[in-house]
Amino acid sequence: MTLQGWFLILAFIGLLLALTKPVGLWLHALYEGRRTPLHRVLGPVERGFYRLSGIDPAAEQGWRRYALHMLLFNVVLMAFTYAVLRLQGVLPGNPQRLAGLSPHLAFNTAISFATNTNWQSYGGESTMSNLSQMLGLAIHNFLSAATGIALAFALFRGFARAEAKTVGNFWADVTRVTLYLLLPLCIVYTLFLIASGVPQTLAATIEVDTLEGIRQVLATGPVASQEAIKMLGTNGGGFFNANSAHPFENPTALTNFVQMLSIFVVGFGLTWCFGRAVGNTRQGWAILSAMVILFLAGVTVTYWQEAAGNPVLHHLGVAGGNMEGKEVRFGIAASSLFAVVTTAASCGAVNAMHDSFTALGGMIPLFNMQLGEVVIGGVGAGIYGFLLFAILAVFVAGLMVGRTPEYVGKKIEAREVKLAVLAIAVLPLMILGLTALSSVAAQGLAGPLNKGPHGFSEILYAFTSAVGNNGSAFAGLTASTPWYDGLLGVAMWAGRFFVIVPMLAIAGSLAAKKHTPESAGSFPTTGGLWVGLLVGIILILGGLTFLPSLALGPIADHLAMIRGQLS
Amino acid sequence: MGKDFTSALRPAIVMTILFAALLGLAYPLAMTGIGQALFPHQANGSLIADAQGRVIGSEIVGQAFAADRYFQTRPSAAGKGYDGLASSGSNLGPAAQALVDRVKPDVDRRRHEGIAGPIPADLVTASGSGLDPDLSPAAALAQAPRVARARGIAWERVRALVAEQTEDSLFGVPHVNVLALNRALDSLASGSPSR
Repeated sequence: MTLQGWFLILAFIGLLLALTKPVGLWLHALYEGRRTPLHRVLGPVERGFYRLSGIDPAAEQGWRRYALHMLLFNVVLMAFTYAVLRLQGVLPGNPQRLAGLSPHLAFNTAISFATNTNWQSYGGESTMSNLSQMLGLAIHNFLSAATGIALAFALFRGFARAEAKTVGNFWADVTRVTLYLLLPLCIVYTLFLIASGVPQTLAATIEVDTLEGIRQVLATGPVASQEAIKMLGTNGGGFFNANSAHPFENPTALTNFVQMLSIFVVGFGLTWCFGRAVGNTRQGWAILSAMVILFLAGVTVTYWQEAAGNPVLHHLGVAGGNMEGKEVRFGIAASSLFAVVTTAASCGAVNAMHDSFTALGGMIPLFNMQLGEVVIGGVGAGIYGFLLFAILAVFVAGLMVGRTPEYVGKKIEAREVKLAVLAIAVLPLMILGLTALSSVAAQGLAGPLNKGPHGFSEILYAFTSAVGNNGSAFAGLTASTPWYDGLLGVAMWAGRFFVIVPMLAIAGSLAAKKHTPESAGSFPTTGGLWVGLLVGIILILGGLTFLPSLALGPIADHLAMIRGQLS
Repeated sequence: MGKDFTSALRPAIVMTILFAALLGLAYPLAMTGIGQALFPHQANGSLIADAQGRVIGSEIVGQAFAADRYFQTRPSAAGKGYDGLASSGSNLGPAAQALVDRVKPDVDRRRHEGIAGPIPADLVTASGSGLDPDLSPAAALAQAPRVARARGIAWERVRALVAEQTEDSLFGVPHVNVLALNRALDSLASGSPSR
């Protein structure tokens, strides 16, 4: 570990903390449906969209209707993308003349992008035409992110409103977030990326004859516009197979730094927006503190392990940290930081290959996802996931010290706790269940590239990433098979919507409750004790659930690595 | 619920079409137009040409070098090496036999070239993209004696060139772009074309 490395990590967190309030203020304006300066330009577009689709943005929806509209929109979007991918061969915008995708791959990819996962069973440059990238995939990058933020807004309203029947209007939330937050930011961001070297063209390939006279064909395309929303929307689906390790996606150390910032910035802002929505910004800062503590702990372990390097290679006379799967221009600190950021958020973009991390260095990204991606988390999904844990935490606090379980002015009762447990239980059930199934079935065992415990880690990582809607991979796993495409598709769907529906039910149930003013009997949810309790609950739940599986994978792998026992 | 369903279907379909047009077509196409107008060099892949005007590569994408007289880029898992249509890392785990089987011959080859001390890690490991354009200064310097020998020039000149080509930034680590370094080497050799 170097001083420069730690400077990078601390500058990163410092800058995000400085951005939290400004971004939170902007989000809060959208949350309340207030006018922003951008309405002057984009207001007509917003109104036009409502008119054409017959929406009254002021018509409030109860949680059931909100959920129905959200689900139906996602199903239609998925069908649209499925059609675009299947028909790729006959559609325009395909200079490489790539064929349409197989049914299982198109199914997997459509779910993957709709659920904000962006798991990719394919290599972008060898599979997707420019049109598929833009029309089939980029729209999900925007809309799955906007959906996540909309859902977070709905839950915030549940906490903020009293004796109300409704949680907002889904269409208004999605349209406003897309038009007044994501799209304008992406336009500026795209220009920055192009200026830094990220291509933006309708051509698909460039042919060059290298200095030694060898023909090299470079894949290219409208990369920058895709890259911007891929990061900001915590989507993570790369234009190219190598994702943000590819020099055309992420050419410099500066673009890399900005990419990491853009994964987290909306998530940081949402914590502030939550605090403001419930009338006490300290509530937001308390949540953010717990998240940042968990995050820094993860960064420290991964950076330490990666900087220490691989003893197996040291034995051969190789010096220094672990550079397998990493790019020189980023170095070890920025690669470790990126890996922890992308898995703490549900982004899944990678600037280094997690499969080739040291065993414990790669375990942290895995564990981050197993905690439910609530350490900042995906845009929207992170905070609503975290609030489910907060509900459990006040419940546990109530059990321990006999206080009334209350959170930000709402009584937490049996219904909310049951629903929260239901949502949280999806994670272990799906991850461990499907990993176990794939570890015994022949079709499952055909997947891993690596042998031994690391092969098991590849399977475990895949289902963790899918259920957590992350999308990063221990990419040695060959996932483009009916078995994995199918099961991972189911896992992504369950990981997204089986959490969302109970979460919206909680929003509805909270909105209907009276506001309970804080009393001497309330457990204070702004101080250090609360932050510690949150961190503890998240670690204990995640640890108890997943440590056995980690012991079989990364921990066994680590012991093999330090003993030089190869597999 | 049936009525709710049909009332939700229209916005779902119409919004899909509208957003597809806005986000899937208008946005990327407009950005392509603006990008091509403002930053044509970068938007088209940061290509560079030699003195004769032939395009020899992208400034920011790595390419393979085999000759002793050039600095060599890192091992690559992209296709058969530096394949711009198949970016990839090796995805080998840290304790994989296959990793050792790949690294060991590379270490032996570098030893044979005369690198005596510890081998810089990036010199014998595959990058994430398989298209890494850079080397660490240590990995470049380790090759400097071989390059100097092959070119019959003083080692100090090569070393000075490496130092000159080393870049650093606030958010990254020191690195040398191999294509730029090799072009600088070629222009050292009294302007004679090097192919």
